[in-house]
Amino acid sequence: MTAAPVWSVLPAAALVLAYASGAAVLDGLLDPADRDRGAGVRAGRPLWETARLLRQRRRSTVTPDALLWRAGAAGPLVVALLMAVVVPMGGRAVADPVVGVVWFNALDVALWLLVWSAGWGANGVYALVGGYRYLAQALAYELPLMFALTGPAVAAGSLRMSEVVAAQHGLWFVVWMPVAFGVFLGAVAGFSLWGPFGYPAGRDVAGGVLAEPSGVDRLVLLAGRYALLAAGAAMASALFLGGPAGPVLPGWLWSALKTALVLAALVAVRRRMPVLRADRVMRLAWLVVLPLTLAQLLVVAVIAVVVGG
Amino acid sequence: MRVTAFVLLALLAVAGGVAVFVVNSMARATIALAVSFVAAGAAILLVDAAYLGVITILMMLMEMGIMAIFMIMFMMNPGGLMPMSMMHNKRGALVVSIVVFLLLAGGALGTPWPQRRGTPPSDPTLALGEAIMGGKMLVMMTVSAVLFATIVSAMVLATGRGRYDGEPSARPADDA
Repeated sequence: MTAAPVWSVLPAAALVLAYASGAAVLDGLLDPADRDRGAGVRAGRPLWETARLLRQRRRSTVTPDALLWRAGAAGPLVVALLMAVVVPMGGRAVADPVVGVVWFNALDVALWLLVWSAGWGANGVYALVGGYRYLAQALAYELPLMFALTGPAVAAGSLRMSEVVAAQHGLWFVVWMPVAFGVFLGAVAGFSLWGPFGYPAGRDVAGGVLAEPSGVDRLVLLAGRYALLAAGAAMASALFLGGPAGPVLPGWLWSALKTALVLAALVAVRRRMPVLRADRVMRLAWLVVLPLTLAQLLVVAVIAVVVGG
Repeated sequence: MRVTAFVLLALLAVAGGVAVFVVNSMARATIALAVSFVAAGAAILLVDAAYLGVITILMMLMEMGIMAIFMIMFMMNPGGLMPMSMMHNKRGALVVSIVVFLLLAGGALGTPWPQRRGTPPSDPTLALGEAIMGGKMLVMMTVSAVLFATIVSAMVLATGRGRYDGEPSARPADDA
């Protein structure tokens, strides 16, 4: 993998937004609330919603912390774009730093403060509760996520994304790290406030961090949520599903297909699972998932030592 | 190029640190401190210590997140949007900070820095890992197992009595 020119950030960003739009379209199609309408209307929902939010006048609360609020609302989209910088698609990435895996991890931690700011800045009780819920939930999924990311890095003997992808020729990591793969997908849903981990944006708190933003702010925040899912899905296909590896079809198409498949699965799971309360997620994560992830990592480390040594 | 980047990051780090004491909300102070730390972490990236730089950013952002929870939870004015002063004992703090700054700056300027011996390793992350863990692997593994067991048992103790999770059988029978 060679270093990509600077202009490649533009197609990469466009790709993230394209996947995010696709996810939004799929979510519109799967929403049972609009089932009696035509498929065209439902598939076009992201477009109508974008048009509506662009025209909507920005509604504000009493004495919001506007700086933190805006920064928090824009945060998820910015983080998703920064994550996508290191994710290889079809054997090429915008940048391939020696610590690509840690870069991804640091960015998902940056979401802690950003989403919390989005909840805090609104100066509304539901938004604030949502922001704190995000932090509580993050405490649960973050350690399992870190150990899930450690698995492919240990097996590849490198934190560089290109080497992690290259180490999977012949056998994808998902085959012998199924637990890490599952934990990673769960964590992607977690940092995207999605599906069973949508508690910070729960309906029981009138939308939580999504309760107060309106107009362009809301558009950017919702787009950021889909973009996070897209970046996470692309990362999952590179880390665990062999990246561009596959028969017959060219590599870039395999990368694109795998990413689309993971993303579709993440979107589809949204309405098929109940939202989990943060304290339950906490108990599940620390008492069941974390030991499982560590056992998985032990297996990976032993195999890596035996095969590599 | 690197010098320019360093100057900008250094200014950002100092500005963030100053902002912590200038802003009048706990939330903004937390974010300002996080910005300061991220700038410091990015400055580490400039000396090609990629792992140390990124991990510094990761840990500091995480710590600021945790700090936001506890600091605001234990505050007298938990709304935090009302103006408040971040400074207490101004005169003493000023003296202490100036003395510490002079000591550190004097140390940085006055130390006879050694010349570089050898060449940088091809993989600084690997070299760092071996320098930290190499001879102490047994200690590290023992300590990490003990730490992990401690955390999990603390979780067991803490979550058993959650607000909504009191199972009927877990409570003592109310015979009286």
